[in-house]
This record gives sequence, C-alpha cells and structure tokens, in this order.
Amino acid sequence: MSALAVRGLCVEFASARGIVRAVQNVSFDLAPGERLGLVGESGSGKTTTALSLLSLIRPPGRIASGEILLDGVDIARATPSALRRMRAARIALVPQGAMNALNPVLTCGAQFADLFAAHGAPGGTARIAKLLASVGLGVEVATLYPHQLSGGMKQRVCIALAIALRPAVIVADEPTSALDVIVQKQILKTLLAVQRDIGAAVVLVGHDMGLMAQFAHRIGVMYAGRLVELAFVRDIFATPRHPYTRMLIDSLPGFGARGVFKGIPGLPPSLLTALPGCSFAPRCPRAGPRCTVEMPQTRILEGGGEVRCHDA
Amino acid sequence: MTLELKSAGVSFGGTLFAGPRKRALAPLDLSIGATPHILAVVGESGSGKTTLTRLLLGLLRPTSGAVMWNGRDVWRLPKPEFQEYRRAVQAVFQDPFGAYNPVYRVDRMLTLPALRFGLAASEETARPLAEAALAAVGLRPAETLGRFPHQLSGGQRQRLMVARAMMLKPSVLIADEPVSMVDASLRATILETLYRLRHEERMSLLYVTHDLATAYQIADSIIVMRDGEVVEQGETVSVIRTPAQSYTRDLVAALPPPDPTIDWGLESSS
Ligand SMILES: Nc1ncnc2c1ncn2[C@@H]1O[C@H](COP(=O)(O)OP(=O)(O)OP(=O)(O)O)[C@@H](O)[C@H]1O
Ligand SMILES: Nc1ncnc2c1ncn2[C@@H]1O[C@H](COP(=O)(O)OP(=O)(O)O)[C@@H](O)[C@H]1O
Ligand SMILES: [Mg+2]
Ligand SMILES: [Mg+2]
Repeated sequence: MSALAVRGLCVEFASARGIVRAVQNVSFDLAPGERLGLVGESGSGKTTTALSLLSLIRPPGRIASGEILLDGVDIARATPSALRRMRAARIALVPQGAMNALNPVLTCGAQFADLFAAHGAPGGTARIAKLLASVGLGVEVATLYPHQLSGGMKQRVCIALAIALRPAVIVADEPTSALDVIVQKQILKTLLAVQRDIGAAVVLVGHDMGLMAQFAHRIGVMYAGRLVELAFVRDIFATPRHPYTRMLIDSLPGFGARGVFKGIPGLPPSLLTALPGCSFAPRCPRAGPRCTVEMPQTRILEGGGEVRCHDA
Repeated sequence: MTLELKSAGVSFGGTLFAGPRKRALAPLDLSIGATPHILAVVGESGSGKTTLTRLLLGLLRPTSGAVMWNGRDVWRLPKPEFQEYRRAVQAVFQDPFGAYNPVYRVDRMLTLPALRFGLAASEETARPLAEAALAAVGLRPAETLGRFPHQLSGGQRQRLMVARAMMLKPSVLIADEPVSMVDASLRATILETLYRLRHEERMSLLYVTHDLATAYQIADSIIVMRDGEVVEQGETVSVIRTPAQSYTRDLVAALPPPDPTIDWGLESSS
C-alpha cells in the first residue's frame, strides 16, 4: 500500500498567450515513511506538482487530468470540505517562500492556536513551545509577530506549523533555501526525526543536490513539466541515466578550480507549444534523429528506476 | 565608485513600543567598488547580512556611523548624486516572493527603471534592453513579459530580479541570496554572468549566500558574520581551506556533500 499515489497528473494554466502545460503526465508512488526528493530546472513544474498534491492549484490553473490518491480519496476531485479536513492533518505543506505565508497580524503562537482550533486538536502553550523547540526556536517566539523575526526564523515557524498535526504526508517546497547551512542541517534533522516518529512520507522539493543526496531515499528529476527520471538516490548520483540528470549533477560546484562554471547551455522549451519529440533534445549532447520527432515513454529499468529517454 | 561603511551599525528597538534594544549590526568598516571585487558575505540567519545590505542600499539609516558614496554621506547626498547612487548601486533582494508588486506585469519591473535611469527614452527602446537582460538569466522574453509575478515560479522571479539589476549596469551590485532558488545548472550560468561582469565590466558584487561552494567559485574575499559581528574575513581560498574560527569551520562542515555514500550525520542526535 502506498501512502500517496499520483497517476498521470496534468496541470495547466490559462494565460494570455495560451495554455501553459506546467505538469504533463506525472506519475509516482510514495511508500509510507518514504522520503522522495523532487529536483529539476527552475520552472520545470516542481511547485505545481507539489501544490497539486494538496489540490492547491488556483484558477486560471487547474488539474486537467490525473489522480492523486490518499487514504482512498482522490484529492484531485475531493470536495472542499474533505480537503479542509485533510490538509494539515493528513497532508501538510511547507510552501516555497514560506516566510511570506505567515499571517502578519497574528503572533506566531496565535497561528498555532488557530490551526489546532480549526482541526479540533488539543493545543496549549506547552505543545506550542515543544513544536518551536523542535525547530530550534525559543518559546518567546510564540509572542512575536512575523515581522519581528529574521527570514530563517519565519521559515522555521512554518515548518513547525506543518508538523503540528502529525500528517501522513509532508510536502516541503524548498523549506531551507532561505536558511544558512547550520540551521538547514538542524531543520533536516528535525524533519527526519519527526518524519520517522510519525511515519510520515515526505516530498521534498529543492535545488540543493547535497541535501537531496543526504535526505532522500529516491529522487525524481523534472524537466519541462515531465518527470524524466526517478530512481534510488545512490543510482541517481552513481549512474544517472537521463542526460539532463547527468548534466545537472556535473554542474555542481566543488572546492577545486575556481571560476569554472558548468551550466547547461540553452533554454528549456516553451511550455505553450508541445514539441513532437523529447523536450530536452534541443540541449542534449546525445540527441539523435529519433529524439526530435518521437516523445520517449517512461521505461522501467533494472534496479527499480525509471527514465524517459530513447538513449538511456 | 566607492561604497563604504564607516563604523556603521544598526540597533533596533529601545523605545517603549518597539521592545528591548537589539543590535542587528555592530559598527563595521567596509569598502567596495573602488576596484572590481566580489565579496561574499556568509553567516547564519539573523547574523545581520540583510541588515548590512539594507545599509549599503540606503534603505536603512545607520544608528551609528555613516554610509558613504564616493566619500559623501548617502543620507545627505544632493538630488542628482543621490539619483546616480540609486542607479549605480543595484540590489537583488533575498526574497523574490515579497519583492514584487502583484498588480503590475513584470514588464514594468524592467521598463520603468530603464526609463527612470535614462537607459531608454521610450517603452519601445526599453524593450530590447529588457529582452537581453531576461535572456542572460535564461528566461524567454516572449513568455516572461506580459505575465504577473504570481505566474512565475520562484526561481523565475529570482532571475527576474537579477535581470533587472544587471540591465541597469551598476558599478556595485548588492545581491542577497540571488540564486538560492534555482537549480545547480542555472546557478552556474547566472554566477558565470556575474563573474564576467566583475572581470569584464568592472562591476563589484557583494554576494550574500550560505552556499560556500559558490562563494568559493566566484568570490575574491569573504566575510563571515555571526550575531551582528564580523567574526572572520580574508581571501576566499584561505578562509574556506584554512578557517581561523571554529564557527567558519562549522559552516564549511555543515555543507551537505552531494554524494549519498558519504555520511553527513543527519541520523545522529547532536
Ligand atoms: N499562474 C500561472 N500562470 C501561468 N503560468 C504559470 C503559473 N504558475 C506557474 N506557471 C508556470 O508553470 C511552470 C512551472 O512552475 P513551477 O512553479 O511549478 O516551477 P518550479 O519547478 O517549482 O520552479 P522553481 O524551481 O523555479 O520554483 C513555470 O514555467 C511557470 O512559469
Ligand atoms: N525591523 C526589525 N526590527 C527588529 N529587529 C530586526 C528588524 N530587522 C532585523 N532585525 C533583527 O536583526 C538581526 C539581523 O537580521 P538580518 O539582517 O535580517 O539577518 P540575516 O539577513 O543575516 O538573516 C536579527 O536578529 C533580526 O531579528
Ligand atoms: Mg518552485
Ligand atoms: Mg537575510
């Protein structure tokens, strides 16, 4: 039994210039307690996928097709009241730019109290203090307003809010990209400890390949709206199969030569018009004639990975 | 073109309504821009990095000391010099989610400053400048212009800010975590652009980051901040390879190795 199953997810945004196909035919399963990392080029659809998991896509966006199954309920089609019950309690989100997600006119403590009240959960000062402590914050933070905190402190409050109701799935969109490395490590330790404690599965969206290497069991790689590779973390780093994954890993800086940059030349394709072939083909050093005319289908590899590439 | 802090410090609060007095930045001397230079600023959150950038940008008045532009107090510059300072010192703000006015299309973010600072005489002549700036950060002009900020991804918003700042050809760019939300490949591309601006266009950069690997890649020197104070500073390679302070060593050690076979100690309790 998986904790969460995503089947053929397609998400579109209507825009003045046409339909933006932000997520195209994404499928994956999340085992209970599994930690899945979602990486990929900026704009490739990670946040859109993450928000879809809680049915938080706002018009003019919509989930065009696909299913998101949690506790036997299809979140993509759940009623507003079912969604209200499930969000935070069964599946929680730490949004990208979470520090702006806090209510500016409430103290941090009041935001916890509101959350507990909305779900009829026992709260209280001691519980709030414990949650704040679990993300490395003192109890006095409960009495402060968001503008009185630094960015990193706000981010930690958001994480504490997400774990408050001990959900089955935690979706965290770049939860530490605004934090320094020391706090980041504390937060990941916290997330790991809480996740183990309650057996929650985690979808971690992020750009830090180091964090992903250390935190995730499996890694999904997105490119131009598609999941182009999904494999165990060791395999992703040791034997990346998709050329995009390989180039992404190669672009990581090290402490060797300075002033050396290995970005991938070129731009990702427009999401407004569907290319006939592989969306990475225009930038791919391995692209052959077939790649520009035929969209590669997802293939299951030995060892449990999957990849969308004719050449992998 | 020199931007300096002269014993400039910032404290908040200390009045009846603003709560107890808190020192965000201890008095600090700093000079950037006289010669092309990339200065990385690293340190934990709350250590005063953003406060430092707000001082340099003239957005926050120092509570002690002064901020100087070409030897003159930024807060007492006559109008024309102040306007020139506003153009020559550009910012990329830390938080791409808070930095935009949601009711304006992103075009305005680029064309307005181009007009205001006299880089273009009309909307039409501003447009090619905007397009070139977008392309330099990997954004498709046709798909970016005409959109509202909420229609862009986090990394796209962050890149838009970098594009805007570069378009204005500043002599000093103050960038607060400018690439924290983009993937490694784009990060390399954008940092390469900034690195080139320093080497080819004589731009100086103050690069606030917690990513010591990219600081190592591009910075000439580094300052390490903690609790409002500079605890270590020096030439990049020596600060990172042979840190003098245990705090700097902790920062280096806290970098997660991008290799799942290396144990980073996430499982341990301390
Ligand atoms: N409301 C919207 N209207 C139109 N297009 C949108 C909208 N929201 C997102 N998009 C587009 O959908 C694509 C995917 O966006 P998404 O936020 O999922 O990217 P991402 O992978 O999270 O990127 P990043 O790493 O930069 O945060 C992008 O090209 C983005 O510009
Ligand atoms: N407007 C403000 N009022 C009160 N305290 C503030 C304000 N802005 C920042 N601070 C405090 O100053 C310190 C430094 O903040 P900041 O410069 O944002 O740190 P960093 O950018 O290094 O994370 C923090 O302790 C923060 O809480
Ligand atoms: Mg995103
Ligand atoms: Mg900051």
